Amino acid sequence: MNYPADFRYSKDHEWFKMIDDSTGAIGITHYAQDQLGDVVFVELPEIGKKLEKNDVFGVVESVKAAVDCYMPLSGEIIAINELIEKQADILNSDPHGEGWMIKVRIDNPDEGSDLMDKAAYLAFLEELE
Amino acid sequence: MRTNKNAGFFPGAQGLILEEPLIFELSVPGRTGYSIPEDDLPDLPESVMPSGNLMRDDIPGMPEVSEVDIVRHYTRLSTWNYSIDHGFYPLGSCTMKYNPKVNDRTVSLPGFANLHPLVPPKHAQGALRLMHELGEYLKEISGLDAITLQPSAGAQGELTGMLMIKAYHESRGDRDRSIVLIPDSAHGTNPASCTVAGFTTKTLTSGNDGCIDLEELQSQLNDHVAAIMLTNPNTLGIFEKNACRIARMVHDAGGLIYMDGANLNALMGIVKPGQLGADILHINLHKTFSTPHGGGGPGSGPVAVNAALEPFLPIPRVIRTDDTFAWDYDKPMSIGQMHNFYGNFGVLVRAYTYIRSMGAAGLREAAETAVINANYIRVKLREHYQIAYDRICMHECIFNDLNQQKFGVSTLDIAKRLMDYGFHPPTIYFPLIVKGALMIEPTETESIETIDQFIRAMIEIDRETKSQPDLLHQAPIRTKRKRLDETLAARNPILRWTPDLNFPSQPD
Amino acid sequence: MRYIPLTQDQRRQILKEIGVSSVEELFESIPSNLRLNQPLDLPPSLSEWAVQRLLTGLAESNADSDKSPCFLGAGAYRHYIPAVVSSLGNRQEFVTAYTPYQPEVSQGTLQALFEYQTMMTQLTGLPVSNASMYDGAMATAEAALLAFRTTKKSLLAVSRALAPGYRKTLETYTRHQEITIRELPVTPEGRTDPEAVQSVLKENPAAILIQSPNFFGVIEDLSLLSSHINNTGSMLITVVNEAVSLGILKSPGDTGADIVCGDAHSMGLPISYGGPYLGFMTVKEKFLRQIPGRVVGMTVDKDRRTGFVNTLSTREQHIRREKATSNICTNQALCATVAGIFMATLGRKGLRELAFLNMKKSAYLKQRIGSLKNCRLTFTGPTFNEFAVTLNEPVERINRKLTEKGIIGGYDLSPDYPEYPDTVLLCATELTTREHIDNLISILEDLGRVS
Repeated sequence: MNYPADFRYSKDHEWFKMIDDSTGAIGITHYAQDQLGDVVFVELPEIGKKLEKNDVFGVVESVKAAVDCYMPLSGEIIAINELIEKQADILNSDPHGEGWMIKVRIDNPDEGSDLMDKAAYLAFLEELE
Repeated sequence: MRTNKNAGFFPGAQGLILEEPLIFELSVPGRTGYSIPEDDLPDLPESVMPSGNLMRDDIPGMPEVSEVDIVRHYTRLSTWNYSIDHGFYPLGSCTMKYNPKVNDRTVSLPGFANLHPLVPPKHAQGALRLMHELGEYLKEISGLDAITLQPSAGAQGELTGMLMIKAYHESRGDRDRSIVLIPDSAHGTNPASCTVAGFTTKTLTSGNDGCIDLEELQSQLNDHVAAIMLTNPNTLGIFEKNACRIARMVHDAGGLIYMDGANLNALMGIVKPGQLGADILHINLHKTFSTPHGGGGPGSGPVAVNAALEPFLPIPRVIRTDDTFAWDYDKPMSIGQMHNFYGNFGVLVRAYTYIRSMGAAGLREAAETAVINANYIRVKLREHYQIAYDRICMHECIFNDLNQQKFGVSTLDIAKRLMDYGFHPPTIYFPLIVKGALMIEPTETESIETIDQFIRAMIEIDRETKSQPDLLHQAPIRTKRKRLDETLAARNPILRWTPDLNFPSQPD
Repeated sequence: MRYIPLTQDQRRQILKEIGVSSVEELFESIPSNLRLNQPLDLPPSLSEWAVQRLLTGLAESNADSDKSPCFLGAGAYRHYIPAVVSSLGNRQEFVTAYTPYQPEVSQGTLQALFEYQTMMTQLTGLPVSNASMYDGAMATAEAALLAFRTTKKSLLAVSRALAPGYRKTLETYTRHQEITIRELPVTPEGRTDPEAVQSVLKENPAAILIQSPNFFGVIEDLSLLSSHINNTGSMLITVVNEAVSLGILKSPGDTGADIVCGDAHSMGLPISYGGPYLGFMTVKEKFLRQIPGRVVGMTVDKDRRTGFVNTLSTREQHIRREKATSNICTNQALCATVAGIFMATLGRKGLRELAFLNMKKSAYLKQRIGSLKNCRLTFTGPTFNEFAVTLNEPVERINRKLTEKGIIGGYDLSPDYPEYPDTVLLCATELTTREHIDNLISILEDLGRVS
């Protein structure tokens, strides 16, 4: 699986991508969707909500599991992916693209300094195996 | 292997299975199959009846069928169930023991079935005596001082117990105890019940031997801990060998011991949970005391407590004065009511019948035999399946699918294939701390011939794992339906029939 | 022991195969000083005959409401149970199965529960039903918790005419949540005061709980109440504990309920000293993922044939653990199965006819009571099969006199409702004959003459 090089990754298996200086997109990684199995339902936050780093912003449910998704950085929700609310399987088929979950206006990009780059995340995944 | 009539075959077979649509699809306008008592009254003026704007004209969709339709419909449906009356049901942690038929008879006695819950106690002396005596028996079995029979199931028993723990600490002015410690092997109802009772939970990581790690426990204990919830034997089928030490440590820190009695079948007559330090214990009558499970209830979850917690028990309480029984609502420290009346009385009648049938010796023999049977399965299958914790177990043993994984076969496949052999699968993927768990609880009511047959089926499935794994992936093939698409059900929930319902089909 | 098939010979042989010399060795992990060295102090084992005799003796010292005329309701309603319902409900394939964790061998229970869910939605007028709760009181508490979770508001407004047992259970369940309960008074009609509803709405409650027919037997004007409540952000929870009434009363869903909950023991279950009964809950589509308890859904198998599974499990305790919508696990599945059989047997016409007959019997009793000089109807509102009567002496005294004549009197309201002294709830169902009623009336008449 291709883990984009311009993404940053969290230990909870969220990815974060800068869109411009102050906004970014967030989703869950290929590894996360693979562990969950068939995703059946996604719960997303309200637009306009302000969340701190490590706050829960959503829930992803498969048949056998439900996981909370955590904010990799603090920010305000500016968009949610309504498509995955209707077609949750997109989270399985394209977690890094069409399956994005939210867009945020971030408070402070420096907060992302503890996130992993592609190489570090791949090494992290190897450790988990 | 023994020579007997079960030795050469498995019960699983292809039989004639009758299809049956939904009851709504059988409906024919104008057809009826009911009989309602005669209207023996004169016609009444319309003015005495409620006015029309409160009324409905019709219940659209409700079936219109004959009595024969009803009988065939539900009889056919019933044949699609596997039940304890069909055969071996080794569902771990559920104690699927045989349900004696005399229990059905006693619960149906008109003096119980037609007894209104609000008659004055004078007219319910038999029912009250039964409840009082059942309470006494359960106190003796648990080694505790007082009891409520009100909770309707194990989870409601847990909630009752946790609410009492909260009330106990608060009554002592100890208001900062908001944390409950729960081992990672615990049943999911434990943390869920704590949340409803207003606690936060902390998970205790089990030690390498599957038991509570005393150092881990010590590090978590402080004066915010209200209680620990223990299952003993734990969900790995292992007796918590340090139960008494754990109790001392938690008590010293000011906390209480809540014991989940789901696995009491291994202990009754052998040891009293109260002597292991338990302050509170819930008992699942639909497990240990043979009342049936009804495809998911009704159960009953009495809660026994020590004297310090007695004032907090739910109201009303049965009280005895000389030889007369009554309800007592006057318990100012009680947590209140958990039920509109007194709980699942019918289930209590069955459990009472069972205890009187078994007697003290019978209950002990049940516990011993349950443990013997589980250990027999353990030693017979460990060459074929990896055992999670290889040591003497209590009433259940836990394997995993590591040996079979190499061939692409999982616990789910093994479980589904067991159905083809005519057995109900064990509990699977629980406890969560054993990857690919197969949790087998034979109970005492199974003969060794039946257990041998099950063991042979498990060995056969292991052989198939190596020779024809695809057969296992396809399993079950002899049931009315093959593997069901749970993803489709959850992504596109259809929870009722409607006249315009498009029956689901799998997207290609 | 007759339920344990292992013979002594087999036991010895098996212990050898396990590799232990005695059964005690299997229990060595239990500290030896705690292991019991004497039998439990329990009565000895009895033969099946003796057990049955014992239990028959206990049962016969209770009042059999089939033998004596009985005017008690107040949350437990006697109805005729057709033979077909008992016969099918006792099929051991339903009775002795566990929760349908393995759907391929549980299609019977699952389809029966799916049909039950469907019939509950038809009766209550809301589209989503769960597969049962413990009883009406617990279902009501769970409904309040659902409203609390969903609206994130903390005030619950509860009608004073909600069954006291439901109210008390609700209080137990919500005590450690940040919930305040406010009571709504009743009018002389015996209905929840609509003005009080309007005024409490200003405080933005999570939900308003109204029982109908309420504890006094009075049918609430739900359309009126919901016209105030709907679209305010507060939910209307309609509680029904006499489910037979749903055969003829406008469905709560059609009169604006967001949640309908209560007890459906009336649908084919014996009154059995208060349990097992059947808690139920139906909700609007938008609360689909918030409903507590098991839910059965339709799907297909590998061969694309229709089948059923427990679904939306991620709401439940075994997956969400401390974040679950409820802690319920074992519920009342067999009671729901029986209720489904009952509803299907009575069917579209029968449920209506049964409800009508209940209303008529009660109306007749009410009419006769109304003509007596020594008692009066407590409330003026319309009623279903139960209503309150204020006497001119304590209920207890009247009931004692009725008992002497072999009649089980009604429920004394005064202990729970001191504002209604000497007031009794009388219930008449299809099992109350004209003779029972006429007899009661003539006794009350005589008592009036004496006093």
